[in-house]
Amino acid sequence: MKAKNASKLTFSTITPNAGLTAAADKSRSDIIGEISASKMKGRGGAGFPTGTKWNLAAAARGNQKYVVCNADEGEPGTFKDRVILLDHADLVFEGMTIAGKAIGSSIGIVYLRGEYTYLVPHLEAILARRREEKLLGKSIMGRNGFDFDIHLHMGSGAYVCGEETALIESLEGHRGEPRNRPPYPVDTGYMGEPTIVNNVETFAWAACIMSKGADWFKAIGTDKSTGLKLFSVSGDCAYPGVYEFPMGITVRKLLESVGAADAKAVQIGGASGHCIPAPEFDRTIAYEDIATGGSIIVFGQGRDMLQIARNFMEFFVEESCGQCTPCRDGNVKLLEGIEMLEMGECSMSYLRELESLGETMQLASKCGLGQSSPNAFLSIVKNFKEEIMGRLP
Amino acid sequence: MSNTSAKDDKFSRAPVSQRPMVVPTQEGGIGGQVSVTIDSVDVKVPLGTTILDAARSIGIRIPTLCYHEDLCIAGVCRVCVVEVEGQRTLQAACAYPITAPTKVKTHTRKVRQARRHIIDLLLSNHYGECYTCSRNNNCELQSLAKEYGVDFFRFGHPTEPRFEIDDSSHSVIRDMNKCVLCRRCVRTCIDMQEVGVLEAVYRGADTRICTFQDKPLADVICINCGQCINRCPTGALRANDPTDDVWAAIDDPTKHVIIQTAPSPRAAIGECFGLEPGVPLTFEMNTALKLCGFDRVFDTNFTADLTIIEEGVELLLRLKKALVDKDPSISLPQFTSCSPGWVKYIEHFYPEYLPNLSSAKSPQQMFGAVIKTYYAQMHNIDPKDIVCVALMPCSAKKFECNRPEMTSSGFKDIDYGLTSRELAKMISEAGIDLPKLHKSPFDDPFGTATGSGVIFGATGGVMEAALRSVIEIVTGIRVEEIFEHADIIPVRGFEGVKYAELKIEKVGPVPDLLKGLFTDFNWLLGATLKVGICHGTANAKKVMEDIKAGGKFSQCHFIEFMACPGGCLGGGGQPIPTSPAIREARARAIYAEDSAYTVRKSHENPDIVKIYTEFFKEGPCSHLSHHLLHTHYTPRGKYIAE
Repeated sequence: MKAKNASKLTFSTITPNAGLTAAADKSRSDIIGEISASKMKGRGGAGFPTGTKWNLAAAARGNQKYVVCNADEGEPGTFKDRVILLDHADLVFEGMTIAGKAIGSSIGIVYLRGEYTYLVPHLEAILARRREEKLLGKSIMGRNGFDFDIHLHMGSGAYVCGEETALIESLEGHRGEPRNRPPYPVDTGYMGEPTIVNNVETFAWAACIMSKGADWFKAIGTDKSTGLKLFSVSGDCAYPGVYEFPMGITVRKLLESVGAADAKAVQIGGASGHCIPAPEFDRTIAYEDIATGGSIIVFGQGRDMLQIARNFMEFFVEESCGQCTPCRDGNVKLLEGIEMLEMGECSMSYLRELESLGETMQLASKCGLGQSSPNAFLSIVKNFKEEIMGRLP
Repeated sequence: MSNTSAKDDKFSRAPVSQRPMVVPTQEGGIGGQVSVTIDSVDVKVPLGTTILDAARSIGIRIPTLCYHEDLCIAGVCRVCVVEVEGQRTLQAACAYPITAPTKVKTHTRKVRQARRHIIDLLLSNHYGECYTCSRNNNCELQSLAKEYGVDFFRFGHPTEPRFEIDDSSHSVIRDMNKCVLCRRCVRTCIDMQEVGVLEAVYRGADTRICTFQDKPLADVICINCGQCINRCPTGALRANDPTDDVWAAIDDPTKHVIIQTAPSPRAAIGECFGLEPGVPLTFEMNTALKLCGFDRVFDTNFTADLTIIEEGVELLLRLKKALVDKDPSISLPQFTSCSPGWVKYIEHFYPEYLPNLSSAKSPQQMFGAVIKTYYAQMHNIDPKDIVCVALMPCSAKKFECNRPEMTSSGFKDIDYGLTSRELAKMISEAGIDLPKLHKSPFDDPFGTATGSGVIFGATGGVMEAALRSVIEIVTGIRVEEIFEHADIIPVRGFEGVKYAELKIEKVGPVPDLLKGLFTDFNWLLGATLKVGICHGTANAKKVMEDIKAGGKFSQCHFIEFMACPGGCLGGGGQPIPTSPAIREARARAIYAEDSAYTVRKSHENPDIVKIYTEFFKEGPCSHLSHHLLHTHYTPRGKYIAE
């Protein structure tokens, strides 16, 4: 399915391979310097500065470094990476190639969501064409020593494999479970070697930055959240689809643009994100306020917030990898709490206990999945307490 | 375990996340010190030290559950979380290497709340009553619940079991209703033992520890070493306990119940009675066994000496056939066969090397065969009325005594294998305070044992015992003249893989015992005897792979393999907990006992001389000894039939 506004994305306006051409004659530190100067933060949602990540991997010692593209787009309500891979895969591969030059890696891997298997022929065709055009392979663009190639690796459907260390475990053929950090992948990643894992969109923007310059990118957005960002908008709105907005946009402005001005609440950041109620619609979407990988799910006035919380909790009970105690068992307890609320059988004191358990999960879980899994529950309990406590036994 | 970094260890099958941590080191930072403040106590530690180790070094206790000293880091239970300055979330102290000056707080409100929640969550999935659990009063979950003042089941407690108990194995019973998913068993099996029978399957709350295709443990490639039992924090894994049957035999007046005691339990059983590790209770235990009602108490060391003679002579015969007769069918190096965990390991993983395995039975099984033949004749007892119990540090011995081929006496040679833990329970049940008992000797006719038998309990011990006898038999020189006090130090110690050489510079006359087999030892003159020693099957794998690749161990003549870390003293039937320090203390007790013996060489044991004069009249490796004291093996392979 092709999103109706995809053609309006900035990506469409970029001269193909202009970024790669610029990077081909730059030193590694100049490339990383340009990315760092743009102040771009990772588009997957965690918001780690991309230039810093590349710099750490470039400085790390290893025999074979790796560039990994996280295309395991599994967050509920997000589909912008699919659109990028359909319409702008060249830009993603170009960004990966630039990253390879920057960190000193000759191998790129796209970890593609299992459900996106149908994209494989399309992506393989583009990779083959790029090899023919000497944009991949040995001596890229005729530059001796600039070697880089990309292969695809299929995921198998586990949400947790979007977490970078679980993704690496999965790449290595193991059960997809997050590792202890530190050490971080930039030092000890795939096969124990320095590895950068970046989101699909991050690589595409990196290619744009190399083409149009850090100043262009930095001029858009806020001081702490620079540049443009793609959003996957779904739910109770008139115009669902993929949108591009500058970082720092208010929730209200975004909702107006998609035909959802009268929303009751909006889930920003997917299942692991936060549920923002109408009174908070003047907050901004930016790393310093509401960070997101781009999933926007709109809830209209008629929606039952407890049902929404149940939906998210069922998702996490299903998708927890089962490794650490707070996430494996905590999510089950939160879901059971929702069932008690539905039957009007949850006391205020037990609800407080569950909120405190949610805080423990945020603090003590091993990876980002468990740390963010109670977010939706906690924000719905906080913002809609009267509605959810109002059930009769 | 090993400190090799994940990057270098191409050998391990364990996922990188489960291998020992690789600490990122800055240029020039290697070997440096870093300061850390833990609960306002300042300490300098080597760069890369974990918060847990740093805290322990200054006496600050951080509770743990999935952490185990012998295993690589998992960081999954999250019980050890602490606050680290500058970190948004709490960090697992066991998994967090200190690489920069850091401030840590170990018991803030957030930390206490998180630990309490985690313990409550674990209890909400832990089925069973403490009263009826084999680990009552020795359970890490129970201790944590007490430590954190759990006074009610905040998040509930299961009232029904979810899983059937798997009691298919003679050695290890799995009750997954008590499993807290710490994965110590998984790490033990894969990372420490390189077997890999257990793995986590399914996701989220459905996660559980599973065998291949959920088959019963008896049907998979489990080697029965029981190391998983020793590291399970709860009662989810336990040994298959025959104490009720043993009591029934004792209570039956028509049965003559004999117990043989191996060297390792006596060095460790005190731990079950509150003593520090390393206090041997050999002769107190003899008294206790008599009080329990056993008719005879024998020392397995007697058949350890017999094993040395049979296995040592087998080695000399192999060497002669290979070196003198140039017989190409002879397999060298010869492997020891007394560790039943190792035997099952090689049957599964290297069946093509079974011809290298000594055909000599283990001391336990030799004893059973001798008791139900020689001893029965001597005392005019019908062997069907004899019940042979073996006190072993081992869970694999339970499987071994149930092998169908172990019936050469015409009966089941050994009826029951009892572990140190199970005997401690029997002694307690009999109301006996073991450490306070008086001492009693072993019973005759097998009352004389040697120090060589005792050291079978430690890694390198079988090799040392064999060398003491082989050197004297071949060279005619007293071993004390080569190694001070007959302590063959090069084969001792806890290093995972050891190698030693000994040049034979003189040969002596063939002793009477072997005159039927050899005319002289001149063919050994000038030869260099090469031996290897390893313990833990992960190390066994290293040696086997070296042999396959034609490395230095392929040039060895004799290699000692023990399935368990530290040898039998670290066996799967020994008291829980275990750690490197505990195993070292037990080893010290064993070597001290060896030193105290007047006879320290197997071939000088007068009872051994006697049994070859009276019973195995044709000598070692003869027809009768082959029938009763030797066995054969089963190539099993790794592939499991449907």
